[in-house]
Amino acid sequence: MITDANLAVIFVGLLGFSVLAYAILDGFDLGVGMLLPMNNAEQRDTMIASIGPFWDANETWLVLAIGILLIAFPKAHSLMLQALYLPSTLMLIGLILRGVAFDFRAKVAQGRKIHWDYAFKTGSYLASFMQGYMLGIYVMGLETHFYAQCFAILSGIGVTCAYTFIGACWLLMKTDETLQQKAKAWAIFYLNAFAIGIIAVSIVNLAIHQRVLSFWTNSPYAAFLGIIPIVVFALFVVCKLVLPRLLQSHVDGIWLPFVIAVALFWLCFAGLAVSYYPFIIPDKLTIWETASAPESLRFILTGALIVIPCIFAYTLFSYRIFWGKASKLEYY
Amino acid sequence: MTDVLMLSRAQFGLNISFHILFPTITIALGWFLFYFKLRSNISKHPVWMRVYRFWVRIFALTFALGIVSGITMSFQFGSNWPGFMETVGNIAGPLLGYEVLTAFFLEATFLGIMLFGIHRVPNWLHTLATLVVAIGTTLSAFWILALNSWMHTPQGFEMIDGVAHATDWSEIIFNPSFPYRLAHVLLASGLTASFLIAGISAYRIKHADHKRAPSVALKTSLYVAAVLIPLQILAGDMHGLNTFEHQPQKIAAMEGLWDTTEGAPFILFSIPNEEQRHNDFELAIPNAASLILTHHWDGEIKGLNEFEGKHPPVAAVFFSFRIMLGVGFLMLASAWLASSYLLRKKHLPPKILTLCTWMTFSGWVATLAGWYVTEVGRQPYLVSGILTTEQAVTQIPAGNVALSLTLYALLYTGLLIAYIKTLFLMARRAVEIEEYQANEHPRYAVNIGFNQNTSGGAA
Repeated sequence: MITDANLAVIFVGLLGFSVLAYAILDGFDLGVGMLLPMNNAEQRDTMIASIGPFWDANETWLVLAIGILLIAFPKAHSLMLQALYLPSTLMLIGLILRGVAFDFRAKVAQGRKIHWDYAFKTGSYLASFMQGYMLGIYVMGLETHFYAQCFAILSGIGVTCAYTFIGACWLLMKTDETLQQKAKAWAIFYLNAFAIGIIAVSIVNLAIHQRVLSFWTNSPYAAFLGIIPIVVFALFVVCKLVLPRLLQSHVDGIWLPFVIAVALFWLCFAGLAVSYYPFIIPDKLTIWETASAPESLRFILTGALIVIPCIFAYTLFSYRIFWGKASKLEYY
Repeated sequence: MTDVLMLSRAQFGLNISFHILFPTITIALGWFLFYFKLRSNISKHPVWMRVYRFWVRIFALTFALGIVSGITMSFQFGSNWPGFMETVGNIAGPLLGYEVLTAFFLEATFLGIMLFGIHRVPNWLHTLATLVVAIGTTLSAFWILALNSWMHTPQGFEMIDGVAHATDWSEIIFNPSFPYRLAHVLLASGLTASFLIAGISAYRIKHADHKRAPSVALKTSLYVAAVLIPLQILAGDMHGLNTFEHQPQKIAAMEGLWDTTEGAPFILFSIPNEEQRHNDFELAIPNAASLILTHHWDGEIKGLNEFEGKHPPVAAVFFSFRIMLGVGFLMLASAWLASSYLLRKKHLPPKILTLCTWMTFSGWVATLAGWYVTEVGRQPYLVSGILTTEQAVTQIPAGNVALSLTLYALLYTGLLIAYIKTLFLMARRAVEIEEYQANEHPRYAVNIGFNQNTSGGAA
């Protein structure tokens, strides 16, 4: 049977998966939101239509992630959210603005629509930046001194670029004609920004955390871990070579940048995860010190093992239904 | 400490009050939509699709507001009420977890198909998606009310070193107040959605919308309201008896009863004075409270003085209870009056239409008032007998909470205004849309002339 110690590992795995799923899925939603061109109403409509059927479910991964943290590691949940009180409030306000703008923009009087589009874009920026900022403070072990703040701001910009990049890749797949060309240009630009972000965050992270640095260079896994940065680098090069060649004479491989973006998200996340495991709050609390009572974790795990495959199934089903180019959203 | 406590309570109260407005509509509106869709499938008459289409747009808007305002709650458990999860997290966590896993993903994913998928999936699948969304919203009410009820009447756990550990999950979920609370809240949702539909439809008819869709919606919702309201009064009464058994101090506050009394009166109006521990002014029906609660003319009801220091603030509970009752009886009167007109005359006179429009948000008022009765009535405890609200509160600086509270208050005020304005704007826009488009169900084209000639009101 599953031992109590293993339960904590399973739940931190579920937590990690939910965070990653959220970052990828709502990442492209938020990215599309940040890219909205305020001078072209028609393109805004198409762009928002491309994420309309998905954003609700995508945002639910955040609820699941925060829920698992709450369920499995309640002490970490309260420590983190107390330390990140204001940034998390601002992130929530960003998500609220973005979420309601979806519906209000389609229903208010014509002249007001642009205001909700601004709310959409601002909300997307606010939520993305604050998520990166919180990631930064988290990585710094919830410290809030000056250098931690600087790092958090850097991380905020990095996450914003990452989301914008995956958003552009999404649009590349889901749109056509001029908007697709625009998406290509965005993807090229934000790929560079994303790359700079990853390099900066990684270097600062290694420079600050002695333990992480020695883990990556001296631990028995070092050779194995070295694969991560190499693959990341290789993917960047491939993406950088492929992007300018897309859409020249045909539309083959239009999905490739998005797949690469997803892979990059996985790898960046894996890099962070192995650096801090088994800490739930870096250098402060391990997962075993904060885990809930095993009988509660078993109760929820039973349900999770049954339900999560169903969630996968119907999520895939929904993406299949809305496969192909984004069409005008019609409520029916 | 007190500052953070009061600010955190105000913030959580504000967040949950704003949040509950939207699920309380969508839970029942989901079932209304499923009904409209079914009627459309069975009768093939396009009017049902018109009704469906109008209300599904309102559903989408309401649902979005419900989702985004709900996310803030899961953050505040940790940030403002760390003691809650530290003490009862082993119970609350899994119940919240099941809500996310079984309800949130289900409703969010199928909502996408329901809203935007009609041209991409077969009709039966779209109907199924509508059903699944309705089931999802109801399931989410099931789990969250299981947790909420457990906070009122906890059982099925043991305390080890000051932390609650689950011993029996079915006892935890089906705790004594849960069935009553679930029934009461689901019926409240049914009534809120019914009066919303009736109110907006009456508003359309009053704006010279002589099409069939608003009349059909008006008729459906008023009949539903007329059936649900007596059921709700019954469920409320049973819920009250259950509270009388398990939380007598809440009943004492609701009744404004200070001393234990045999043959207690039902106070119609009064001003409870908590400092001097008596009522300043009283207008009461003798023996009525005892009769309702104990079914005996001289039954004993425990007064607040038996629970000194351990009972909720009296005035808030007392007045909220009377507001809920008052609105409830207004609902009964208006639903039955309007339904009797519909049964006899087949259409509503302008005055009744105006009444329906005034009652549009009556469900919100009653739901909020009822919610305050039960939640304020649980004070000073967060979880009855286990954890007080004060013990659970955060240590973060009061200034931060004041700032976030201000931001939420501003944002929510703006959103509420925008929501209500948008509802009526959508209603006015619907007035201008043609009844049936030319490309739609040609065999009903004959009906157009006929339908447009019928005068306002329900046809």
